[in-house]
Amino acid sequence: MTTRRDTKVRHFWLHVIAIVVGAGIIVPVAFGVLGGFKDNGQLSTNPFALPSPWVPENYTSILGSSGFWRPLFNSTLIAVATVVLLVLVASMAAYVFARFNFRGREFLYTLFAAGLMFPFAVAILPLFVLLRELSLLNSPLGVILPQAAFGLPMTIIILRSFFRTIPGEVEEAAILDGCTPFGFFWRILLPMARPALATVSVLALVASWNNFMLPLVVFTDPSWWTLPVGVQQFQGQYADDTARVLAYVVLAMIPALAFYAVAERQLVGGLASGATKG
Amino acid sequence: MKTTTQGPEGRLPAPSSHRTATRAEARRGLTPDQPRPRVDGSLRRRRRLDKLTIALFLAPALLLFVVLVVGPIALAIYTSLFKWNGFGGLPEDFIGLDNFTRLLQDEVFIGDLKRGLILVLLSVFVQLPVALGLALLLNQPLRGRAFYRLVFFAPYVLSEVITAVLFTMVFSPNQGLTNQAMSAIGLENLQQEWLADTSTVLYALFFVISWKYFGLHMILYLAGRQGIPKELTDAALTDGAGSWQVFRHVTLPLLGPTIRISIFLSIIGAIQLFDMVWVLTGGGPIHSSETMAVTMFQYGFRRSEVGYASAISVAMFLISLVFALLYQRFVMRRDIEGAITTMREKR
Repeated sequence: MTTRRDTKVRHFWLHVIAIVVGAGIIVPVAFGVLGGFKDNGQLSTNPFALPSPWVPENYTSILGSSGFWRPLFNSTLIAVATVVLLVLVASMAAYVFARFNFRGREFLYTLFAAGLMFPFAVAILPLFVLLRELSLLNSPLGVILPQAAFGLPMTIIILRSFFRTIPGEVEEAAILDGCTPFGFFWRILLPMARPALATVSVLALVASWNNFMLPLVVFTDPSWWTLPVGVQQFQGQYADDTARVLAYVVLAMIPALAFYAVAERQLVGGLASGATKG
Repeated sequence: MKTTTQGPEGRLPAPSSHRTATRAEARRGLTPDQPRPRVDGSLRRRRRLDKLTIALFLAPALLLFVVLVVGPIALAIYTSLFKWNGFGGLPEDFIGLDNFTRLLQDEVFIGDLKRGLILVLLSVFVQLPVALGLALLLNQPLRGRAFYRLVFFAPYVLSEVITAVLFTMVFSPNQGLTNQAMSAIGLENLQQEWLADTSTVLYALFFVISWKYFGLHMILYLAGRQGIPKELTDAALTDGAGSWQVFRHVTLPLLGPTIRISIFLSIIGAIQLFDMVWVLTGGGPIHSSETMAVTMFQYGFRRSEVGYASAISVAMFLISLVFALLYQRFVMRRDIEGAITTMREKR
């Protein structure tokens, strides 16, 4: 039997562990945030204390240049386009897989599901050759289309299992009222599937936002660089200017963390439910 | 794959013929003296509409998938049989399996496999147990646990590139956080050039991987733990089991499926690890943090040995395929079917 005092002592130690781990996460980030407000001299002589004086120039010079806003815009454009295309195409396919009987259905579905076994890194080289032949290098479509294609397996699997949970009576009623298959899909199924659509959209958005390998090889033109590529190139360009690189990294983190703060529930829920449901 | 067998066929809502019958009946009810041929006509029209729907709805997904996923994999297999610099139409210099025999003698590639194995073992025996411990900790009725969870999972949303650049600075020899901290507490002799020393770089890399990904595994375990009915652990406690015994004989076995998925994700992640290594070290110094994907990238995009790089791609593909099939067949066969497939790319 655990007494109240035992519980208190135990909770104290649990808090200690949690705080230590939390510090392990927050300290490197705080080092970045504060480091961005220092100059390089301060970084060597005064690593832990608050900046004195505060040097906002690192941040302001980055915020005042297109070297940050342009990649931010590109990342947003590519992520949104990927999500819209992927979710539309995948939900159409998932609808057919969930609601129709036809010859070859299981084969096709297995083909898509097997796509999960194809790591992106395996395809990057031939994909590059293919995109070059299709003249899609230095074009946002060269990133959007492959990202949507590689997102299909997971999105179709999640959406299909969700579509299957919507009772057949709903569809029968709609058909009786003269709904076409497309009308049912567009006006009834998709609105009913909003939670599942939110989950797959959030996952696809994060994947696109963080993708590095594909934009790295597709965009040789700096005006198309996405944030991850921009961060990496910025680091290469200002390798000796630690404070400036820290400022850029911190600014690049903000959109992702802000999105996390807003969509934490979808993200965590999507990942967790994916592990237990097919 | 298992997912395809999931759910009995009977659960599928109304196949087209049945559905049409319902509609026809309804119409007959409205106009009782309607002649039969019209019903057959509507049935046929209905079937044609269904076929059209299937074709039109599947076409975009199929087109994208075949051209941009299946196509490149097939192309990789094809070009791996050639000596090719990647330019000028299709490859012509056919050399059979020479690229693969070269691969098996390539010390860097063999090293990639060894380093991959080390990272996997470290993940399974260090990162995942820590994640499990923290998940169980956050399962306690602790004040502020929602906040802890928020913080622990946050690194997962940062891209590998951003994480890697941040840690390049943290590990940097002079201005970096680690060495500064060590000199502050009087451990100057333990200071290292963490990322430039062949003996420490892999462990530094592992630390950064864990920093970013332990939150994901923790979230999975937390979800798994919350799926275990409280009655089970309570019953064990009532029967006089200590908390360690409850963990060992109740919680841990019931977390089996989640643990197996999390190990699977770790291993697949290690096989295709690229972004973080590329930014943190570029694979160096002297290949001591290189992974298969980095070696492939070097040959394919930096040295124009596209044929050889394709062979590395194919090797990665085969390794992940064989691993995934064996793992599903022998390790996860008792678990909920299909779970593995939805979790693959999420890591």
